Amino acid sequence: MKNSLRLLVLLMVAGVLPAQAALKVLATTPDWGALTTELGGERVNVYVATTALQDVHRVEAKPSLVARARSADLVVATGAELEVGWLPVLIQESGNSRIQPGAVGYFEAASALRLLEVPSKLDRAMGDIHPQGNPHVQLDPHNIAAVAHALTAKLSALEPAQAAYYAARAQAFDARWAEAMHRWETRAAPLKGVSVVIMHRDQAYLCHWLGLNEVASIEPKPGVPPTASYLGQLVTKLAGTPPKLILLNAYNDAKPAKWLSERVHAPAVVLPFSVGGSPEAKDLFGLFDDTVNKLLAAQ
Amino acid sequence: MLSLRPMAALLALALMPAIAGAADEVSALRAELQALKNEYGARVDALEARIQQLEAAPAMPPSAPPPDTPAQKSSGGASAFNPAISLILGGSYTSTSRDPADWNIAGFPPSGGEVGPGERSFSLGESELTFAANIDPYFSGVLTAAITGDNEIEVEEAFVRTTALPDGFTGKVGRFFSGFGYLNEIHAHAWDFVDQPLAYQAMFGGQSRQDGVQLKWLAPTDLFIELGAEAGNSGYPATRDGSNGLDAATLFAHLGGDVGDNTSWRAGLSWIDSKAQDRAGGIADAFGTALFDSFTGNAHTWVVDGVLKWAPSPRRQLKVQGEYLHREESGEIADSLRVLLADDYRSTRSGWYLQSVYQFTPRWRMGARYDSLDSGTPHYTLAPDGLLSASPDRVSLMLDWNPSEFSRLRAQYDWDDARDDGDTDRILRLQYLYGIGAHGAHKY
Repeated sequence: MKNSLRLLVLLMVAGVLPAQAALKVLATTPDWGALTTELGGERVNVYVATTALQDVHRVEAKPSLVARARSADLVVATGAELEVGWLPVLIQESGNSRIQPGAVGYFEAASALRLLEVPSKLDRAMGDIHPQGNPHVQLDPHNIAAVAHALTAKLSALEPAQAAYYAARAQAFDARWAEAMHRWETRAAPLKGVSVVIMHRDQAYLCHWLGLNEVASIEPKPGVPPTASYLGQLVTKLAGTPPKLILLNAYNDAKPAKWLSERVHAPAVVLPFSVGGSPEAKDLFGLFDDTVNKLLAAQ
Repeated sequence: MLSLRPMAALLALALMPAIAGAADEVSALRAELQALKNEYGARVDALEARIQQLEAAPAMPPSAPPPDTPAQKSSGGASAFNPAISLILGGSYTSTSRDPADWNIAGFPPSGGEVGPGERSFSLGESELTFAANIDPYFSGVLTAAITGDNEIEVEEAFVRTTALPDGFTGKVGRFFSGFGYLNEIHAHAWDFVDQPLAYQAMFGGQSRQDGVQLKWLAPTDLFIELGAEAGNSGYPATRDGSNGLDAATLFAHLGGDVGDNTSWRAGLSWIDSKAQDRAGGIADAFGTALFDSFTGNAHTWVVDGVLKWAPSPRRQLKVQGEYLHREESGEIADSLRVLLADDYRSTRSGWYLQSVYQFTPRWRMGARYDSLDSGTPHYTLAPDGLLSASPDRVSLMLDWNPSEFSRLRAQYDWDDARDDGDTDRILRLQYLYGIGAHGAHKY
């Protein structure tokens, strides 16, 4: 009896130890998951709630996610209402006080950024607009760098004893990232001013970063799928000044872009959009390498 | 190796744009950089580019949020803490082949509540108004009021929920939809069909609300395991008995998880103990003669529920759900003059539904549902011989169009045999549902 009790205690200790060894992180998108892994290394155990092939607006608070939220030490979200349809329910159902908004275990990437396209007027007649600005921030690597700083501060706040570890990793990441950004920006220089048609506002940061000239959007309004007549008008509008590229994301429905592509004689480029959106986009570096490569190859 | 030190210092400085503003420091760094450049070639190029960028664009201070985020821009003063408000507008057009006034579920006592196909022709549905906000660091509160087409205001839910209990516990107090089964907690505007399955209509008057307390616990496992208990007073099959005690207790357990990236599931088992005191409404025999008029006793209900969702692409989803409800009642029955007819009354009733909804494009969904009930026959001393059990059933088809997340137009056609008299009621319903205000987040 005594032995089995001892064994039980041992098992419990063994069960608790790994939990203390790594921070359990629930990241809402693959990009924040990848960034947390870059910054946290082996001190974080990251679970990503969505894949690059999902539309992050339309995710459900499914039981597996509630279960992950229950034991998470940290939630890494985009914020700016990107996850408004499911993350609040997830956090509410989790019974986990550490990850409630405002608690130390809750992080929003948008809190470290100045968002583009903050609407001056809020009206849903304008489509799926986000009051705090465009939340699809990950396709500008400068945003990734800024979020990395804030996220490092968050990780250190959660584990003050490991602050030096996180600072060292952040430094290493920042150096590699700065170098990579320089590489991307040098290579992508010819893309400046190239006219593109975008699918949804989630490509706005990419256009802003590379100086792509966005001439039209396949969605008439954010979140509103195009009708045949709208696409017809678009062809007429673009006839005089055809765009060089049509951009769409791995998770998008390719049909409208392909249709437009044939009529305006511009290639439709499928971009990974998120880590995991293409075989090459294995991590954040791969995401931008592949995005720049695909744009250069197509134009 | 020593020459790495100035590198590290440089990096540290590059990491702290707050002090990058000091122009003289930047020029000093630039001098050092020049020296290192010969040694480190391309890598230093990158660093210089970074410093130039920090000099040129101090617009992005990463460690501090921008001073004018919209959250802070929102109107201050007394209204700054206003709760999130959302409003659902709904209504329908109904056409039935039989008079809805004589609609009933054969073999089941009347459950009250919102049952049946409703009024013919156009009618206003419930306008559902929800207020929700955190109360303080420990509690959040929700009120959902339904303004009915009959110009009444009904409190659907009004509860306070804990947000700071440790170890996976969440408590609720107030009026709330009981957590048993799958559909019971889901608000009407989020249903996949115009109405609730017959089993819910027959056994809970549509949906069961609890005035009381709920405690839920979520296990710290990757498999979703949720256990819950409720105590309080609820509606049918329970009645308020005027005592200081409770008339309903509920226990439930839910499990859930994923199969691959595209499939998720949840399954549950619930048990509801309800007490009834002089509950009005009996059942009739095959000739329409009432067997009894009121019931006093206990009802034990088991609910088995399951839901599976499969999303092969972001634009398509298949959802299959089903529930089985089983109730045993035992106690006393009395006639309309409250004369005791039997004290050994026992009945077993059950019902189930299976439904499937397929979203085949982002805006269109179609669905089918089958309902089936079994009334069983009551047993008691002096029960008439030859009592027949009833087996009401119904088939429903649904098609809805969702121009956006906030609007839905739906058509539903039912072949309704709830009366179980061989004369099928053909019901067509056209429904609209619109949401304004705060973006609601839906349960699984």
